[in-house]
Amino acid sequence: MRNWLRTFLARNGIGLSVYLLGAVALWVIVMIILPQLFMLDFSFRNNWQQIDPSRMGGPDDVYTMVNYHFLAFGSPNNPDPFNVVDVTVFFRTIVAAICVTLFDLALCYPIAYYLAQVARGGKARLLVLALIIPFWVNELLRAFAFRILFGEEGTINAILMGIGILSDPIDFVREDVALYAGLGYAYILLMIFPIYNVIESLDKNQIEAARDLGSSWWRIHRRVVIPFAKPGITSGCTMVFMLSAGALAAPQILGGPSSLWFTQIIYQWFNTGSNWPRGSAYAIVLMLTCVLLVLILMKLFKVKIGEIGR
Amino acid sequence: MSADVQLDNVWVKFGDFVAVRDASLTIQGGEFFSFLGPSGCGKTTLLRAISGFQHPSTGRILIGGKDMFGIGPNRRPTALIFQNLALFPLMTVWQNISFALEVKGMDKRARRKKADELLELVALPGQGDKMVTELSGGQKQRVAVARALCAEPEVLLLDEPLSALDLKLRQHMRTELRAIQQRAGITFIYITHDQGEALTMSDRVAVMRQGVVDQIGDGTTVYDHPETAFVASFVGENNSFTGTVTEITDGLAYVQTECGLMRSRTSSAAPLRKGDDAVVFVRPESIHFCGDDTRRDENGLVATLAHQEFEGHFWHLALKTESGHDIRMSVMNDGRSEVHEIGASVSVGFSTQGAIALAPGELAAD
Ligand SMILES: Nc1ncnc2c1ncn2[C@@H]1O[C@H](COP(=O)(O)OP(=O)(O)OP(=O)(O)O)[C@@H](O)[C@H]1O
Ligand SMILES: [Mg+2]
Repeated sequence: MRNWLRTFLARNGIGLSVYLLGAVALWVIVMIILPQLFMLDFSFRNNWQQIDPSRMGGPDDVYTMVNYHFLAFGSPNNPDPFNVVDVTVFFRTIVAAICVTLFDLALCYPIAYYLAQVARGGKARLLVLALIIPFWVNELLRAFAFRILFGEEGTINAILMGIGILSDPIDFVREDVALYAGLGYAYILLMIFPIYNVIESLDKNQIEAARDLGSSWWRIHRRVVIPFAKPGITSGCTMVFMLSAGALAAPQILGGPSSLWFTQIIYQWFNTGSNWPRGSAYAIVLMLTCVLLVLILMKLFKVKIGEIGR
Repeated sequence: MSADVQLDNVWVKFGDFVAVRDASLTIQGGEFFSFLGPSGCGKTTLLRAISGFQHPSTGRILIGGKDMFGIGPNRRPTALIFQNLALFPLMTVWQNISFALEVKGMDKRARRKKADELLELVALPGQGDKMVTELSGGQKQRVAVARALCAEPEVLLLDEPLSALDLKLRQHMRTELRAIQQRAGITFIYITHDQGEALTMSDRVAVMRQGVVDQIGDGTTVYDHPETAFVASFVGENNSFTGTVTEITDGLAYVQTECGLMRSRTSSAAPLRKGDDAVVFVRPESIHFCGDDTRRDENGLVATLAHQEFEGHFWHLALKTESGHDIRMSVMNDGRSEVHEIGASVSVGFSTQGAIALAPGELAAD
């Protein structure tokens, strides 16, 4: 560490070094560490509903588990053995986020492979452009566009009924198809680019060598490309999973009337519920669960955290 | 098992660019055949056409008498060793070697056994459990050979496999490869821009120039009896004197050059006529000092010694004639040759048999 600091100072000079280190420190502390610490702190506090505002900050204002307890078991007069609504929504969100991630992986791996190894020059550039340009449109607008596409009177239903596959329209929004499609689409770039980056650095000759030795396409991917792309795949999956589990706009706009996303509950606590401590507790649980799942995934695929950054 | 490889009028074009121009040749089963040519002359392209990664634009490729049209690289009886080896970095040595068997669905124990046998063959016993990244350059080289052999190809294609190795190891691997080829008894098609490699290992050599196969023959034929100016200048060193043929008699050419009249043999494959432009090629080792008594059948020159280099068994000399022509000459360091000071005027000569007159053409870049 001392050595590193010395070479860093020597390379950049005092002024620039102080500025760079200061900027990084500020960024890490203000943007990452402090908010999380505040959240953590909040999540163990009483809300004004549980404690009289006049006693807030006084000796009675102690740390408490009530907020976590509420997530698990609900209010004291809840007849069920646990907080059915919130816990169900929580698990459904996690499972749905996993599904969105897998769907994105299945969709994006071939695209990334094609971009990195097959397409050349102009064609590749065009495809990248076609992938990126839709994201110039605001996220909310895109979500509404999906609503129009998938709505009961939307384009897709019109087409399907037009060519006679359907006789009655399907309400894709109510069935959550629109939500999953919207979430999946929202993060494809985050899946494609890490995978693309890794596969791009794979020596074409390795693919040809495998082919030359008699391999089928399927086996080339299983034995040569996918093992090589593992860091990129894990990195893409991590991002897509984290972001779709934590998405708010898409579920608000595209979610069916009966299906809540866990973030929507958190949002309600912060916003209409005016219960920041409880919202914080919910958010912390969601974050820790996601981190835990990602760590398990990495352990499973034997990817180190350093490799993901590549 | 070994198979012959036949190319019938093979052309490979990339757009308008012709990478291989009308190649027709037959490589015998069990032969060690080399393609020799400068960088960018289309060697790799030709090899990729044989292995199936590159479709010929026109022409046919037959392996073991069978037309390979429409047969993919994974179904041809060939195995390719890539210029950069292309070992699989995430597999162990033995998994790399036995990959072709894994593809065939052989069980693990049998695969391991076969891999160990092949490691034995390439002189790497007991290294199967290492990762390929833990091997030295020469060891990787052998693993690549073993991996290709494991597919039991009838034709092994090697694309400059030794170019990344240092000189000592390269020379060692030459003998090794040749021995492996003889033990395995299969056809080797070897690509190189290193003439030493081609001449020492191969049964026959094809010299390529800008997509064209200029000459095919064994090492001594290509070296001693070049048929084009390019072959003469690319294979080994050669001095060249341009001029005009004044007379042809008894297979000897009289060529009037800027350094005087020269007498030399001609190539029966590329005959010259009186009045043609011609280039006389003389090897540095064919030139010798001749004191004052230039014999009648020999060609004589007077030049100034400009530079000399000592290389153990040889002296390499650079001379300059009065007309300003540079001449390279090699003198055996056997204690019998004359020694001259730099700047001294010397008279040198070469026999008619030590020189060959060919039609002018593209010369290899130095
Ligand atoms: N896919 C391709 N598209 C266009 N041109 C190509 C392609 N592959 C090769 N070429 C061209 O064909 C020519 C021959 O290339 P090739 O790789 O066969 O050379 P080489 O003899 O193997 O050279 P080296 O000794 O440097 O490996 C080169 O001029 C190269 O630019
Ligand atoms: Mg090449």
